[in-house]
Amino acid sequence: MDYLLTEEQIMIRDLARQIAKEKIKPVAAKYDAEGIFPWDIVKILSESDLFGIYIEEKYGGTGGGSMELVLATEELSKACGGISLALAATALGTYPIILFGTEEQKMKYLPDLAKGKKLAAFALTEAGAGSDAGAVATTATKKGDHYILNGTKQWITNGGEAEVYTVVASVDRTKGARGAACFIVEKGTPGFEFGKKEDKMGIRASATRELVFTDCKIPKENLLGKEGAGFIVAMKTFDQSRPGVASQALGIAQGALDLTVEYVKERKQFGKTISSFQGVQFMLADMATQIEAARALIYATARMLDSGAKKISKDSAIAKLFASDMAMKVTTDCVQLFGGYGYMRDYPIEKYMRDAKITQIYEGTNQIQRSVIASNLIKEKSK
Amino acid sequence: MNIIVCIKQVPDTTEVRIDPETNTLIRSGVACIVNPFDMYAVEEAIRLKEKFGGKVTVITMGPPQAEEALRETISLGADEAVLISDRAFAGSDTWATSYTLSGAIRTLGDYDVIICGKQAIDGDTAQVGPGISAHLDIPQITYVKKIEEVDMEKKYMRAERMTEEGYEIVESPLPCLITVVKEINEPRLPSLKGKMRAKKAEIKKIGAKDMDLDPGLLGLNGSPTKVVKIFTPAPREKGQVIEGDPKEISEKLVELLKSDIL
Repeated sequence: MDYLLTEEQIMIRDLARQIAKEKIKPVAAKYDAEGIFPWDIVKILSESDLFGIYIEEKYGGTGGGSMELVLATEELSKACGGISLALAATALGTYPIILFGTEEQKMKYLPDLAKGKKLAAFALTEAGAGSDAGAVATTATKKGDHYILNGTKQWITNGGEAEVYTVVASVDRTKGARGAACFIVEKGTPGFEFGKKEDKMGIRASATRELVFTDCKIPKENLLGKEGAGFIVAMKTFDQSRPGVASQALGIAQGALDLTVEYVKERKQFGKTISSFQGVQFMLADMATQIEAARALIYATARMLDSGAKKISKDSAIAKLFASDMAMKVTTDCVQLFGGYGYMRDYPIEKYMRDAKITQIYEGTNQIQRSVIASNLIKEKSK
Repeated sequence: MNIIVCIKQVPDTTEVRIDPETNTLIRSGVACIVNPFDMYAVEEAIRLKEKFGGKVTVITMGPPQAEEALRETISLGADEAVLISDRAFAGSDTWATSYTLSGAIRTLGDYDVIICGKQAIDGDTAQVGPGISAHLDIPQITYVKKIEEVDMEKKYMRAERMTEEGYEIVESPLPCLITVVKEINEPRLPSLKGKMRAKKAEIKKIGAKDMDLDPGLLGLNGSPTKVVKIFTPAPREKGQVIEGDPKEISEKLVELLKSDIL
């Protein structure tokens, strides 16, 4: 389908596709098996300018937005849904600065992030605060010109590898969600350490770690937005980033289908290729249809975001929900079409199924997405 | 350091088809790429520029659509590109091509190094690079796998070149021409900003009248090579496999060697 991309968007897509094919695909299995962070690919992505595609030109980016980020994430995820996260999770960690940063904060942090000289990470989740983001127990206590951070963040993508962290902490625990604030914390700040690296089911090339803050002193200039606005920062960030997760899911699904179409044309049973069986053909057709529907939905959402639309929570949630559920179903069916071979780690397809699963869980579980969609739906109707 | 890189646009296939009537390559319906060996030349030129400063100028002789190949090299970091195109060049063999390219290089001003890929994947002659150096009367180092040293003060270069038996280390005064093999580097991918620059870049075009060349030495008329016949050789037949344990195999082999079969 022709989505009438601009010339620049086509360049981004083609460049990401070339990197995915020539540089990521050959090493995806290695990084999945070893679970190490793909710094050599990050270097390539950085030299290719892809880290700046959603950042304004005056901060060193190329001036695109959500649509550009979605296109690149999709292409990279076709080759590896874990490696693509180095870029996508940096965007997640950068959005709070783009959305709520002061001019000084933007000038200080965005140029290095746009060049890919530094990676970013967003830290909200804790052991007791996942979907219930208001239950954040990490505290930020103001002392003169500083805030003192204490607490532990959990399952932070790019954790340990990133240099710049946007961290949600509570300045007033009695106020719940209204007592939260978002801070920029740099790696190397005394009192900021990393916990264990998680051993994950999928997206294993991506680093997931605990962030541990022990009397970590940060200057008050590192507050993003206002005290009490932390929850809003998180929600607005997710509104921007959910199409990114959706495009990661989309890329994983498309990558899996591409491999599957190749396989069914080769695999012979009963004297013919299994692609000649109608039962197999129908599965392929259903997968292609669902993938295209997700793509159309994601692109439409990204374009809406880039138009400056304000009410985006529902549509952003719809895109994330649909694309991630689609990716789980498609990759499961792809493994099915590979049969016994598909279940074996010698074949690349089972990785896609493992990588797809996380997209239903993180940046808001799909149950939370449904809640967001439903509450917006009901609010709209009650006006 | 001023570096000139000569590239060629070639069909993107390893199975080049040949028109049996005209004995020339069939180009229609085949996507075009920059000759892969030339990509190593472009990369090496950009690395030299990054080290010594200066300018990388990429040139190609070809039809108007070869401009795309030049733009690709700009997206990688080349500064300028020149398309040498004229109906008068049609049908050039390696002699006429290198004569024309040398004429174009003379119009570009001073240079320190000319870099070419070792050969093009379509014609596979490996003659154009050395031809240019002969026409320009400058030294050449072919099959370079490593530039060991460049001294811009004393104006010389030392390079390692591959030979069938091993390698040789050759020193040459500058300016000189080198042709490179794929072992020399790993070409980079383009950057987004490079692609944007490439799209907008102005490609200089020069034709036969812009150069001081003898018209009789251009194109088909200036080409001493006459292709009599080009054909695809029949695939080699499967050899005879001798099976058994080592003793049996050696006995059978000796028998065969003694017989008339071999």
